[in-house]
Amino acid sequence: MIRVVLPYHLRNLARVSGEVSLELPTPATLAAVLRALEARFPALRGTVIDPASNQRRALLRFFVCGEDWSHLGLDIPLPDMVLGGAEPLLIVGAISGG
Amino acid sequence: MGKVRLLVGTRKGAFVLKSDGKRENWEVSGPHFAGWEVYHLKGSPIDPNRIYASQSTGWFGQIIQRSDDGGQTWQAVGNGFTYDGVAGTHQWYDGTPHPWEFKRVWHLEPSLSDPDTVYAGVEDAALFRSSDGGQSWSELSGLRGHGSGSGWAPGAGGMCLHTILLDPSDPQRIFVAISAAGAFRTDDGGQTWKAINQGLRSEHIPDPTAEVGHCVHRIAAHHSRPQVLFMQKHWDVMRSDDGGDRWFEVSGNLPSDFGFVVDVHAHEPETVYVIPIKSDSGHFPPEGKLQVWRSKTGGHQWEALTEGLPQSDCYVNVLRDGMAVDRLEPCGVYFGTTGGQVYASSDSGDSWNAIMRDLPPVLSVEVQTLP
Repeated sequence: MIRVVLPYHLRNLARVSGEVSLELPTPATLAAVLRALEARFPALRGTVIDPASNQRRALLRFFVCGEDWSHLGLDIPLPDMVLGGAEPLLIVGAISGG
Repeated sequence: MGKVRLLVGTRKGAFVLKSDGKRENWEVSGPHFAGWEVYHLKGSPIDPNRIYASQSTGWFGQIIQRSDDGGQTWQAVGNGFTYDGVAGTHQWYDGTPHPWEFKRVWHLEPSLSDPDTVYAGVEDAALFRSSDGGQSWSELSGLRGHGSGSGWAPGAGGMCLHTILLDPSDPQRIFVAISAAGAFRTDDGGQTWKAINQGLRSEHIPDPTAEVGHCVHRIAAHHSRPQVLFMQKHWDVMRSDDGGDRWFEVSGNLPSDFGFVVDVHAHEPETVYVIPIKSDSGHFPPEGKLQVWRSKTGGHQWEALTEGLPQSDCYVNVLRDGMAVDRLEPCGVYFGTTGGQVYASSDSGDSWNAIMRDLPPVLSVEVQTLP
């Protein structure tokens, strides 16, 4: 089980209040988690990965076990701590804007 | 007597306001989609409970919401806006070719005959259509393929397709307007398009009378007379009596012929409303006086409507989707400001009341007239 923490606006869009739990075969990559997230919550389609560029949206970040994975690409397998649910995958919105 | 429902899009969410035919007391719900920009909401003219909304942010991109119960509950539908074929390039600010990139939906125009069909005007400028209630979207790419598309350039607000007018007398005819390309018309349901900018004069482009390149801000028409169009251009208020084939200026005695909105009285096709803005550099009302100007003669002669509007120290703007008229008797007129006020008139503009004073900056106002 993989735990995903969504930013406030995406929790509202998905109509969830806390963490999201996803069941995925292991090993699993960030891309696989995001695909599973969109499959379970269709309202989130295109909100994390821009479908036109297939890139992470610029004002979002991925934090994994205290490290910033935002620039590592989407196809690296996630660590066991995340795959086993001991640590969540954090999708974080930039603290910016008016 | 009838009722009205106002759909207000703002920088930080949407608001739905309801009133009876007197239009004195308003029940407010919202913010819906709190914290998101809502560029536009609009209801189906044949199923008023069906409302479409454009919700977006720079963080998470574009969402389309649909309500089937008059704005009480909402469902996110499809947000796949993919340009047809090879997207190609348009002209960038520095004159270089720039790839067409989807940014947001500026305007949603539900079909006049089918609640599941809705058109979307987007930035970078293109027209999309859904025929399944917003679940999936297809580009009407004949517009960008008109031949001039590679020469279109963005205005300061982006290269947006912001106006969609459906002709009630001819389902094959659609008018659109793009900043800063101009106005276009299709007579075959969107397959082929014609630039309809003859008569426009724009001093900010190298050839002031060029076929395209004009910064059209809004076009409006009366439903009974769709061949007569009124336009608020970057500068100049214009009129066409032949479906846009030829335009002539009707700015007349307006204190400024710059502005964004234009709309037509619901029952008097020659009665037109604009809100003059001081200039393209100031973007606020002349002398700090917020005034709606009304012509009862189809342009040329205009009168200031001031009762109930601030006549000193007012420096708001009214954006292009920010005015609407209802179909009650007398006709109601509404507009929203960048200062967060929504003003309403239940007497065709003779007097005004601020029915909301402290919303986020208003991006759009639409009104539904209900039984």
